[in-house]
Amino acid sequence: MFYKMACQRPGWSLIRNVTLSLLLRHNNPRQGIGRQMDGLRNLRVGRQLNRAACTTHSCSKVPPTPTWEPVGETPLSLAYSVSPDLMDRMERLALVDFRNHEGVARLQCAITFADQLHIVDTEGVEPMDSVLEDMQLYLRPDTAIEGDCAEVLLRLPTKTVEEFYVAPPGNIPLPQREERCGLKKKD
Amino acid sequence: MASPLVRTCGFCVVKLQRGGWFSKYVLISTNTFAFTIVRPTTVSPQSKPTPRKNDPKQRVGVVGLEIHAQIHSNTKLFSGARVQFSAPPNSLVSFFDASLPGTLPVINRRCVEAAVMTSLALNCSINKKSLFDRKHYFYADLPAGYQITQHRLPIAVNGSLSYSHLVGQKWSQAVVKTVRIKQIQLEQDSGKSLHDDTRKQTLIDLNRAGVALMEIVMEPDMSCGEEAAAAVRELQLILQALGTCQGNMAEGQLRVDANISVHQPGDPLGVRTEVKNINSARFLAKAIDFEIQRQIDVLVNGGVVHNETRTFDFKLGQTIPMRDKESLQDYRFIPEPNLPPLIVYDNESTPVNADPQQVINIDLIRVNLPELPSAKRTRLVDQYGILPEHSFVLVSEDGLTEYFVSVLQETKAEPKKVIGWVIKELLALLKQYNLTVSQSHISPSSLAELLNLLEMGVISSSAAKQVFLLMWKECDKSPQQIVKEQDLGLVQNEKILEEICQNVLDGHLEEVTAIKKGNKRVLNKLIGLVQKEMKGRADPIMVKTLLERNIS
Repeated sequence: MFYKMACQRPGWSLIRNVTLSLLLRHNNPRQGIGRQMDGLRNLRVGRQLNRAACTTHSCSKVPPTPTWEPVGETPLSLAYSVSPDLMDRMERLALVDFRNHEGVARLQCAITFADQLHIVDTEGVEPMDSVLEDMQLYLRPDTAIEGDCAEVLLRLPTKTVEEFYVAPPGNIPLPQREERCGLKKKD
Repeated sequence: MASPLVRTCGFCVVKLQRGGWFSKYVLISTNTFAFTIVRPTTVSPQSKPTPRKNDPKQRVGVVGLEIHAQIHSNTKLFSGARVQFSAPPNSLVSFFDASLPGTLPVINRRCVEAAVMTSLALNCSINKKSLFDRKHYFYADLPAGYQITQHRLPIAVNGSLSYSHLVGQKWSQAVVKTVRIKQIQLEQDSGKSLHDDTRKQTLIDLNRAGVALMEIVMEPDMSCGEEAAAAVRELQLILQALGTCQGNMAEGQLRVDANISVHQPGDPLGVRTEVKNINSARFLAKAIDFEIQRQIDVLVNGGVVHNETRTFDFKLGQTIPMRDKESLQDYRFIPEPNLPPLIVYDNESTPVNADPQQVINIDLIRVNLPELPSAKRTRLVDQYGILPEHSFVLVSEDGLTEYFVSVLQETKAEPKKVIGWVIKELLALLKQYNLTVSQSHISPSSLAELLNLLEMGVISSSAAKQVFLLMWKECDKSPQQIVKEQDLGLVQNEKILEEICQNVLDGHLEEVTAIKKGNKRVLNKLIGLVQKEMKGRADPIMVKTLLERNIS
């Protein structure tokens, strides 16, 4: 009803802004805009209102002033230190070489940064694991529309054998920690 | 005869008798001055001194299966590339399958429907909301470095699969067992790698990368290779009946990995090993039995079973540790960021005004499920009055039920007789020449004609068998033609039969006296001799009456 009132009184921009922000505001910050928009989609939207919805500032999700406070470093600085075993395991899993001071320092910063999450009170709140949780998964029909591009694909690697990709035989195991340190010293 | 309580000691060949409270056996005769009190466990010379671990409680195997069934669809799970068994290398690969940057997964509706159908057929409870995850590991045939699967919340959980396990030789000893299904999930397949050891390289073909698989995880409820093979066979039949998977293990459409451990009943489960690379149901039973025995032997000899992945070498009939697998893989599961949750609906929760192409309705799928093998077996037994073991064979062979039904439609013979012919004669020939039912040399109508001739009394049953074999060899001749050519028609001319019966009786006077004394079974031998003379064409009833008349 508020919506219709806003339609009929184009001059009352303040009312329109307020009603729009009331309607479009979500009670639960996690609940996306999608659900409420479903109901609104069925209403006839006048062209004037459409323009207003696009340009007015109050329908933006970005708050006008910052609402967060920086967390002090002291309670979190030495919360978690990285052991050499953990470093070795992570290098082996991710195959990323970061065994120098810079790498370790960067890792420590990343851990400290993520530790800020521990301050947030998540009692009784269901964890969100994807920002797409309100989107509908599109189901594609079962017809072949891609493929048959072997030439294009095989132009990318430097070496191919009779339209096959070429790889080394099996996984080359990462050398053990001592051997790797030895290799590094040589470089 | 020595009393059963007297035994001979294997070490010194001296007689022992069951003794008193302090020993099982006591010496009762001496040839030498040596005197032995022998414990029963070391009486036989073959037994070695056994360690404590070899206690009477037998170790049993525990088998859990993980089955990957390739969904029968036109395109892959997340890309629009075609699915085909053998095609030129890398010709069925889209940019997403080659994991080129900037590509995103788009799920195939048919694959979700197939997963829901299979879950309903296996009595699972379907999760209305299921999530996709990434499972990371490095291998050349996985170009993205991760596989999109459903780890946290799969599409279906808690189902069951019932199968019949033949304990002995006879059908009456078949036991119906159930194995619980832990979960069913949708996941991507990886590409194929061909190892070229001579040039120290691996050739990668990504045609199979991205094809939809249903992973069916079973609880470790089975205890031997036979049970596992029976369960897999039943699952194959169900999937083929639903049309969700063609179930051909040789073509890689159904892949089975077995998790095997041994323990003593009542104890917690032992360390398990995973056996991969099994490409037929027969090898599955062999591989599992071998692995169970190997683990028992390791434990009996005081060793320790390691948690490892082994491959089955079918030429040796053994499981061998795999070189390339690291012992503890950390798959670093993360939620798939490019895919929203998969929601399936039922009649109550389907949103109004929704596009039907975008809605998967479980109730609609359940209503349209085709007839499952177990239902088909009971229907055949009820409808045609055949025995359960016959319906089992009919359902197991592809196309045999349709053959049987078409023969029944064209013949007046009873189902019980028809089933005998179909299973014993036709199936035996098909197995001998390794053909499928569709490749049979004898069509249902020809068999029906033959059975009609038999019913009408034109030929005898032994002649019919000969005609059957000739029909197999000469495909285009009808049964009547063969009967005419080979002159296998039933001979009912009394004079000819009389003559032959008299000859047989004259030649076997001993048997005649035996019959006159009262031994009626010898008559069958004489009937057999008459039939041999007549090449199986004589009317058996007439022969019997003639013989009996001539004897008395």
